[in-house]
Amino acid sequence: MKGDRKYIWMFLLPAAVIMAIFLYYPFFKSLYLSFYRTTGFFDKRFVGWNNYERLFSDELLGAATLNTLEVMLYVLVFQVGIALVLAVLVDSIRKGKDFYRTVFFFPVVISGTAISLLFVLFYNYNFGLLNNLLAQFNIEKVLWLDQGNALKAISIPTVWHYVGFYFILFLTAMSKIPSDYYEAAKLEGISGLKKTTMLTIPLIMSDIKVVITLAITGTLKVFEFVWVITRGQNGTEVLGTYMYKKAMVDQNFGYGSAVAIYMVIFGVVLALVANRLLKRDEITY
Amino acid sequence: MEPTIVAEQQKQQVIHKKRWKASSVIIYIILTAWSLTTIYPLFWIVNNSFKVSRDVMNDSFSIAWNPVWTNYENAFERINIGRSYMNSLIMSFSTVFLVLLLGGLAAYVLSRFQFQGKRTIYSVLYATLLIPAFATVVPVYELLIQTSLVNTYWGLILPQTAGNLTFAILVIAGYMSTIPKELEEAAFMDGCNRWQMFYRIFVPISRPVFASASIFVFLWSYNDLFSALIFVNKENVRPIVALLNEISSQYGTDFGLMATAVSLTVIPVFLVYLMISKYIQKGLTEGAVKG
Repeated sequence: MKGDRKYIWMFLLPAAVIMAIFLYYPFFKSLYLSFYRTTGFFDKRFVGWNNYERLFSDELLGAATLNTLEVMLYVLVFQVGIALVLAVLVDSIRKGKDFYRTVFFFPVVISGTAISLLFVLFYNYNFGLLNNLLAQFNIEKVLWLDQGNALKAISIPTVWHYVGFYFILFLTAMSKIPSDYYEAAKLEGISGLKKTTMLTIPLIMSDIKVVITLAITGTLKVFEFVWVITRGQNGTEVLGTYMYKKAMVDQNFGYGSAVAIYMVIFGVVLALVANRLLKRDEITY
Repeated sequence: MEPTIVAEQQKQQVIHKKRWKASSVIIYIILTAWSLTTIYPLFWIVNNSFKVSRDVMNDSFSIAWNPVWTNYENAFERINIGRSYMNSLIMSFSTVFLVLLLGGLAAYVLSRFQFQGKRTIYSVLYATLLIPAFATVVPVYELLIQTSLVNTYWGLILPQTAGNLTFAILVIAGYMSTIPKELEEAAFMDGCNRWQMFYRIFVPISRPVFASASIFVFLWSYNDLFSALIFVNKENVRPIVALLNEISSQYGTDFGLMATAVSLTVIPVFLVYLMISKYIQKGLTEGAVKG
């Protein structure tokens, strides 16, 4: 169309400007800052790879990385796993589909901070819901947030929060499978668990891949659950809270930026590895 | 011979039916069990918000037949939760509005125009999904201080808009590219220019995707603690999630107040969700969130 060039520019420009200022420029500035030693915003000195060398000898960062990986493991096994099982089950029933879809999505709309506060009330040693429950059965109170349990205790709300999201994605993918596949399977006498493992899951493999990638990158962003429930104490420090502490609490912008860049690279590598491992021919129908 | 075969078949059918029933009972039990984990905590927290702290601590399971409103009075008077509400709503609605407007325009161009560099723009957008807020927060903070936007509404609106635009552009463009070309040509014949075509034809047709994108952008903005803690953590501009974080450290022993604060944060979003849950499901159903 005539004069389209003008419109292309006009329509793209506002979004491009705001993203350039608040996303791309800051990202490259972080990269730049990661090579500096800083004191506040005004005093900085180029130190080359110094911050990155420090990353590798930083034991706290190593611990945070391992903790993040542990949470990621729970998320992949339980969050994605439960979502898949629930989707298979809901897909197989006739009545009440809409009810379960609506109800399973509840936690997703609640803020992580509110959920964290809820779990603070669950885990409280003296008066929390869980220890109240134990007391009713005359079982001794448990320290839910001590060194040994805290990370698992935090993983529970993390997992619970987003099961519904992946559940809906799986259910949608399953509803797109043409019914001839199932009819053919029926004629062959394939049903039940076999139908699920041999037909449904291979057919939605590309969606499972998307979900796994989302789950991995999502876990790297975990912040509020840890921050609100334990502030990263008792062996629950994850990369998100560690970066926040370094950059914002200690105001160590240079090293904080290096941690952030490390998180980006870590995420990209993990996502690539996961996609490699799950490599399969995409099925189109 | 024949009757036996029929009887055999019937028997098989009966067995089949029975087995089907048993397995579907188990399925319903599992599904209902999971739905209890999503419903009961909400009930528990709202129920406890109507009790004084002592009762929350000692007797959190009983139902509050005689609701106490002290916690709600405290929430509005002592910690001024109303103020944070306003802040949250102003900032989140502005973010949604900006994201839809700017994202809609960009998505329109990307889905309906042929031009050089389009593929590059798409690659850049996909790469942008890999940049978390952690990797931009320090320079953005610096920028906001320099422009004295820190601790103002714009201090949260602008970064959040930038952060959510990628998602919105990709989702809306995906939807718009499915709109038939004939419609565009007809509108052109009628003398519409590109701008009119955008807001008279493409926006109304794409309403479902705008609806679902707006819901997700709203949720992500309203629930974003990390940015709120850094960019708008002063009492007069603080959104509700930052206040919740404050409560957990300041009033960590006042269980009733905590239950009330959580209830107040959750319930409005929750009611809106129940009203529009169809849109959310629909937005996701259209393959929207596929990164």
